[in-house]
Amino acid sequence: MNKQLTLDHADAALEFNKNEAKVDWHDETLWFVRTKRDRAVAQIPEWEQLREAASQIKNYGLSNMHDLLIQFEENAIRNGIKIHWAADGDEHNAIILDIIKQAGANRMVKSKSMLTEECHLNQFLTDKRIEVIDSDLGERIVQMRGEPPSHIVLPAIHLTKAEVGETFHEHLGTDKGATDPQYLTEAARQHLRETFLTRKVALTGVNFAIAETGGFVVCTNEGNADMGVHLADVHIAAMGFEKIIPRAEHLSVFLRLLARSATGQPITTFSSHFHRPRPGQEMHIVIVDNGRSRQLGRPDFRNSLKCIRCAACLNTCPVYRRSGGFSYHSAVAGPIGSILAPNLDMKQNADLPFASTLCGSCSNVCPVKIDIHDQLYKWRQVLMKEGYGPGSKTVAMKAMATVLESPRLYRMAGKVGRGVLRFAPITVENGLNPWYTQREMPEPPAESFHDWYVNHKKA
Amino acid sequence: MTTRDQMLANIKANQPALRPVPTDFTFTSVYPDLTKQFIDVLTFVGGAALIVEDFAAIRASLQTQFPNMTSVATTCPELADLADVTMNVTDPHELSGLNLAIIEGPLAVAENAAIWVDERQIPQRVAPMITQYLVIIIHQSTIVPNMHDAYKLLKVDATGFGTFICGPSKTADIEQSLVIGAHGARSLMVYILP
Repeated sequence: MNKQLTLDHADAALEFNKNEAKVDWHDETLWFVRTKRDRAVAQIPEWEQLREAASQIKNYGLSNMHDLLIQFEENAIRNGIKIHWAADGDEHNAIILDIIKQAGANRMVKSKSMLTEECHLNQFLTDKRIEVIDSDLGERIVQMRGEPPSHIVLPAIHLTKAEVGETFHEHLGTDKGATDPQYLTEAARQHLRETFLTRKVALTGVNFAIAETGGFVVCTNEGNADMGVHLADVHIAAMGFEKIIPRAEHLSVFLRLLARSATGQPITTFSSHFHRPRPGQEMHIVIVDNGRSRQLGRPDFRNSLKCIRCAACLNTCPVYRRSGGFSYHSAVAGPIGSILAPNLDMKQNADLPFASTLCGSCSNVCPVKIDIHDQLYKWRQVLMKEGYGPGSKTVAMKAMATVLESPRLYRMAGKVGRGVLRFAPITVENGLNPWYTQREMPEPPAESFHDWYVNHKKA
Repeated sequence: MTTRDQMLANIKANQPALRPVPTDFTFTSVYPDLTKQFIDVLTFVGGAALIVEDFAAIRASLQTQFPNMTSVATTCPELADLADVTMNVTDPHELSGLNLAIIEGPLAVAENAAIWVDERQIPQRVAPMITQYLVIIIHQSTIVPNMHDAYKLLKVDATGFGTFICGPSKTADIEQSLVIGAHGARSLMVYILP
């Protein structure tokens, strides 16, 4: 297991922050993606109305989920697709293992699916002696390194080309010291073509499932999902039930929003619509709950299920950009992950809603208008009430409440604070003061606002 | 109770009160020149386009673009003589050596340069991805302004598989450097007929 996974967000971020140059690079790389998004969005005059439409379609979807899923299942079965239902990650993994065994295979090729990350499918299959190869280039890179993806759209965004070159030298035999992305990508292309051509079972995620037609859409730039499934005898698609949309026509809204929000592209290179297996092929869909129905029942948090996994909220988040994906110790990192993860395990993920400045940038860029920063704030209330808040915070908040409740105490504390900062800065500017870490202390004003007000009123 | 029934029961118990399905979700895009918009976006995403008069012009251009190319397959009857292999194979693995695929696209979108193809244009689904180079021929009259217009014309389940293709296969997974030709076609050339 990754060392960082055992640390909470703040401590893991502290580790990440030790390499200041790398942090700056990480920050700038993601900001570059965010600015590409802004340029793409600026070309669509009706962007805000599109977001509103997407949000309303998803609201309708959440409110009619039961019937839409039944409609989807009926139509998919009519299309010749086999439907499976999984209550949790374990059931999801067991179903997939069963399908692989039925096919008489011991190897599988996979395109990107954050759901399978959430369910830890790769580890499960590896333990059962099934070889799994991730075919998205970024995912393949992190898989070779034994790491999980650090970003839901750009899995290897935390790595420099020198690090990728090193990994490929070790695993694919590329030249030592090679860093040219063209050369490295070509090596991966050859390696993965061989994989696509020799696997009988291929798995994809699902971007959108259409209730009206019983089909689903998978979006990639590399074409890796297509290469895998069109050459395989068995196609397994893993989907969280919230991926459902009512009608095919609604895809027009989501496909206009998805890639522009993700990478600033007008649309992904391939937006593939699957409705029936090709002759001789088997097609399976595994519909997964894994806590989603519980989140659906939380009025404050159910909006998080509208997410279309574009990662715009990660790219814009000042905390994500400076703490790295691994510091979130959850399959989905960043702001959206921080409102999804506490639903999965409140205790283990209690730190994540606090990993935010609540600046609201995430909510502003969200293409389906999820109130992400409001939910982060609301999770904090829930977590403190349930007793999962950090102890130090409880003590500090109690002390602060006492001071703020008493005007006399408040004025005294202010006076002491100003005096200390002016005459003995060393008492606060030291390693024992967590507030001083990576922050300059403020320059103290000569008098408090209260004193200033009293003096000016007299004059 | 089966997992299915339990899941559906939980969902029914937890879903919020029914909201109306939105009716106002399509928008009109206005471009002074749909073909120009299509070409500009296609070029931006790493593809290339050429406006041509007829199939004779396409043939001439193909011979300059891909001189002495072998393992060429096409589903266009007008260019059948250029093909030395077929896409009409029973096993898609037989296409692994395909160098050039020439197909037609029945519908294209100006706002994002996406071209729809389904099993009527590609007898094997993997053809546009497994080929080293891809050529798509479209007609100017089939370019619609945006995705809403496209989905109004499309029947997505008319065949078992259909896809929007926008440019050549690409990746930016290595330090955000754009590399054309990840797993699929290394280039996309679009010929636009009147």
